[in-house]
Amino acid sequence: MKKSVIFGALTVAGLMATAASASTLDDVKARGKLNCGVTTGLPGFAAPDANGVWEGFDVAVCRAVAAAVLGDPAAVEFVPTTGETRFTALASGEIDMLARNTTWTFSRDTDLKFDFAGVNYYDGQGFMVPKALGVTSAKDLDGATVCIQTGTTTELNLSDFFRSNNISYEPVPIQTNAEAQQQYLAGACDVYTTDASGLAATRATFEHPEDHVLLPEIISKEPLGPLVRHGDNDWGDIVRWTLNALITAEELGITSANVAEMAAAPTNNPEVNRLLGTEGELGAMVGLSADWAKNAIAASGNYGEIFEKNIGENTPIGLARGLNAQWTQGGLIYSPPFR
Amino acid sequence: MALTEAPKRSFRLSQLIHDTRYRSITIQVVTLALLALAVFWLGRNAAVNLQALGLTPNFRFLSNRSGYDISQSLIAYDASMTHGRAAIVGILNTLLVAGLGCVTATVLGVLAGVLRLSKNLVVSRLMAVYVEGFRNVPLLLWIVLIYAVMTESTPQPRDFREGGTASMLFGDSMAITNRGVYIPSPVWSDGAGVLIVVAILAIAGAIFYRRFARKRLFDTGQLLPMVWPALLIAIVPTVLAYFVMGRPVGLSYPELGGFNFQGGIQISNPLMALWVALSLYTGTFIAEIVRAGILAVSKGQTEAAFALGLRPNRTMNLVILPQAMRVIIPPLISQYLNLTKNSSLAIAVGYPDVKATLGGITLNQTGRALEAMLLMGLFYLVISLLIAFVMNLVNNRMKLQER
Amino acid sequence: MTGKSASLTFVRTEMIPASEPPLSEKGAIKWVRENLFSSWLNAILTLLSIWVVWSVVSHLFPWFANSVWVADNLSECRAIRDATVGPDASSACFAVITDRWQQLLFGFYPREAYWRPVLALALLLVGILPLLFTAMPRKLLLVLPVLPFALFWLLWGGSIWTPVAAALGFVVAGLVFRLLSPVGGLSLGVPAAVIAAAAFWLYAAGPLAGALQDLLPIGIEYIDSKKFGGFTLSLIIGVAGISLSLPLGVVLALGRKSDMMIVNMLSTAFIEIIRGVPLIVWLFTAQLILGYFLPPGTTFDLTLRVIIMVTLFSAAYIAEVVRGGLAALPKGQYEAADSLGLDYWKSMRLIILPQALKISIPGIVNTFIGLFKDTTLVVFIGLFDPIGFTNAIRASTDWNGVYWELYVFIGLMFFIFCFAMGRYSMYLERKLQRENR
Repeated sequence: MKKSVIFGALTVAGLMATAASASTLDDVKARGKLNCGVTTGLPGFAAPDANGVWEGFDVAVCRAVAAAVLGDPAAVEFVPTTGETRFTALASGEIDMLARNTTWTFSRDTDLKFDFAGVNYYDGQGFMVPKALGVTSAKDLDGATVCIQTGTTTELNLSDFFRSNNISYEPVPIQTNAEAQQQYLAGACDVYTTDASGLAATRATFEHPEDHVLLPEIISKEPLGPLVRHGDNDWGDIVRWTLNALITAEELGITSANVAEMAAAPTNNPEVNRLLGTEGELGAMVGLSADWAKNAIAASGNYGEIFEKNIGENTPIGLARGLNAQWTQGGLIYSPPFR
Repeated sequence: MALTEAPKRSFRLSQLIHDTRYRSITIQVVTLALLALAVFWLGRNAAVNLQALGLTPNFRFLSNRSGYDISQSLIAYDASMTHGRAAIVGILNTLLVAGLGCVTATVLGVLAGVLRLSKNLVVSRLMAVYVEGFRNVPLLLWIVLIYAVMTESTPQPRDFREGGTASMLFGDSMAITNRGVYIPSPVWSDGAGVLIVVAILAIAGAIFYRRFARKRLFDTGQLLPMVWPALLIAIVPTVLAYFVMGRPVGLSYPELGGFNFQGGIQISNPLMALWVALSLYTGTFIAEIVRAGILAVSKGQTEAAFALGLRPNRTMNLVILPQAMRVIIPPLISQYLNLTKNSSLAIAVGYPDVKATLGGITLNQTGRALEAMLLMGLFYLVISLLIAFVMNLVNNRMKLQER
Repeated sequence: MTGKSASLTFVRTEMIPASEPPLSEKGAIKWVRENLFSSWLNAILTLLSIWVVWSVVSHLFPWFANSVWVADNLSECRAIRDATVGPDASSACFAVITDRWQQLLFGFYPREAYWRPVLALALLLVGILPLLFTAMPRKLLLVLPVLPFALFWLLWGGSIWTPVAAALGFVVAGLVFRLLSPVGGLSLGVPAAVIAAAAFWLYAAGPLAGALQDLLPIGIEYIDSKKFGGFTLSLIIGVAGISLSLPLGVVLALGRKSDMMIVNMLSTAFIEIIRGVPLIVWLFTAQLILGYFLPPGTTFDLTLRVIIMVTLFSAAYIAEVVRGGLAALPKGQYEAADSLGLDYWKSMRLIILPQALKISIPGIVNTFIGLFKDTTLVVFIGLFDPIGFTNAIRASTDWNGVYWELYVFIGLMFFIFCFAMGRYSMYLERKLQRENR
């Protein structure tokens, strides 16, 4: 009985039948909300706080895109996805973009028909061991039991690494970070492996973090970035250049504190002017308002600010910029020019 | 006959709706047409959608290199083998935990069910707490909790080192760690085959003896001892053969080396946790089934048996249990089915069952959701149809012959 | 004479006071001996049980006794523990519950609207009371048809005219049925009513609700189902699944018992296929695959997809339970109904189903309990039920590392609901047994 009620109401309330048109941008604008896929919870990258407000490094990218497109960083509907469901959610149109520390790989870009909009974090798979084991290199881990967080490229990297070094291991695949952490702390595995950022974040919350060390080996390249469906290039451009705007803003010294002031009137730096819409028509070229980049930066700051606020050295996660420093500082974070 | 026959008049269209003879055909034809329409509609949608996404469903990914390792495998497997092989490893692991679980759940359930009826207040209360506690909390929660409890409460392998806090059991032959339980594994050498044949023959002999004794009891009323001779027939030849063949089966003991115990058989912690949780959870349902079955046999049966002078254990064996079984077995088998399906919760503890290999890592690495889900659904369907088939056989055999 | 004989005979004229029974045959000792130590086996069992109870209690008690209830994060919890009971003591940090209980119960539902799910639950309980207890006034049953619409409106919100328009569909169906069934009988009336209702919902309901809303705007804030979570989500999925799966299950059971070959085959195939595959696979199907079978470009709400899957799954189970009930009825009942000249639906409605359902009640309630517990599986497709929230909560740096407390809390919540349902089923069973005598 109630079933038909819901079905009946569906046609009315629009619970169902969000007929996706060809353009994701039009859909998002019509809906007034951006549907952004995130993890079900990863420290520093995406987690709801006590008030149910999502926070984190990946979340900030979603907010920036929402601000650029809709002018409101709060106009995001966060859709938690698991390792198995994330790609289907994106392919089926349930979400408009996925910002779920997803590794950019060849097959995901081509075979699974997605487009990566760039890289917001350069990561790599690492190992954490208790100091008491006296292990100094991952190559000493012959015969060790390894806890792995499943549903990622981690299993494949691990298998490749141990095979190429001709040593054996026993995998213990674990669904979530929290469970893996509990197993590792109880000594059910000697090693915990996942992305180095995740390891650092996990270690930071231990009761005695000093008893655990990260091994020097980083066994894989994990460029993490937001992705969109293949085929809608206009939408892909918007996500890509929003990310680039955040990066360029850091390079040019535009912060959430001074962005309003800098956007009020043209400055001496033409690139700042182009970016913030006081000169040229960059916004119109991607189908957005002139102040799109200003809104994106005002949402949660430039790339550097987002990093420091969520995962930087002053947070419990305590990650150094490392590879993720600006190219001018010897890192890999580099945005094409805005012109 | 001729009088009651319907007059053969010309067929009118309205008869399709009003005449009970034709109505059922109308309904069926309409149902079939609607079904065909729905299938066509769904199929067309799927074809259009898949084409739009550029996906063509196929099973070629099964023969590609899997590239990931599996912690527990009953057959030879490593990362260089195919996704198909990984799926089979998962299937075997599912069957393993389901088989183990069914046995222990039955034992636990029967014990708990009988003890809950015990006059001993402490015991029956404890069983009531166990049954109600496990039945009313989601299985997923129990699996996760039991896994964590087992990890926290058992020693790590490094505690077994010299001067550590833990030690091996049964003369250094068994170790319980938070990575699993290590037991000795058999080592087969020449002549082991003969030994196995002898053992099988001996067991068959014991079963044959029991049949013979039973037939004799029913035919002539003469009671032969059942238990001891059967045990003797089963064991003595096997032991003799073991020594005659020159001890063809040895044991390899687990030893602490490197990070872990080496050698022996490892029953991994995820398997143990899943096994224990499934057994405890399903055990409560079986306990209720057993209790209901015993209570369903009317008290008069016990009294009648006593009046005939049967001793209590014979009363239970010959009068109560055979009648209770008829009530117990059908729901018992459907509990086995539930247990098998619930084993798919293995992903919560990282046990590599079919959901974790085919429906987990393989699906995730290849992105072949449609195909992987289809295969997995088919596997579970086949298993449950097999169990249902067995259940029907049993039901038919046990059915009361009425009228 | 009398005096002499009195002095001679040794017949006691007054009773001696009854002596105390031996110590082992009275009071507590006797009870203990007879109940707990009547045989060796019994004694061992008793001691074993006491040992089990003791080892559980001795582990858990300090953990509870030392628990910390107010703290902002886990390290603060640990600091408080170190200060009060010492660094290595076992101590629960229930502060995580005090901090996050709103999420565990309501998910991301807006805080100022918490009254809505609470009121919905209260309404539901009040609404089904007359259904559960026959002692309640029968007139209250009239509330029941309105209940689903009211609950829907309370939970999702939006314009009040939406559920009203949806309800009107049923009224339309009823009217069409009334008009046509005298002309064409059941076989014309039912399909016509269904088609009329469907047409109404598809074409008339939306504009009508819109027009009414323009005319008389009454409504509360619309809340998307993505905001649902925690225990509210479990309850919504559970209650919707339960109320929808019962009628569907009964229809399926009748289909499986039907003489019509195609209907019979379809029902059987449906039941066996749904039952034969674990719910978790169906949920993944709902999440991953269902989208492929919808018209290109459409998706629909994940919560709704989950409710549909859970409903189908438990309907198959209910169908088997009801089939058992139908099979347990003596054949005479069917024959009696036929010989009274009742048609199929009348005989089912008046004679067979009331009896069959009565027999099936314990099985049906057990299926419901199972369904409610199974709602926890939605965590695997990324919905935030209470277990899903344990991940999210532990992903915040404040509470990373908290483990048992969340699970204990969730387990307790489920226990309360499932235990209550189980007790109700037992009460019903006893009551029905009494009525049968």
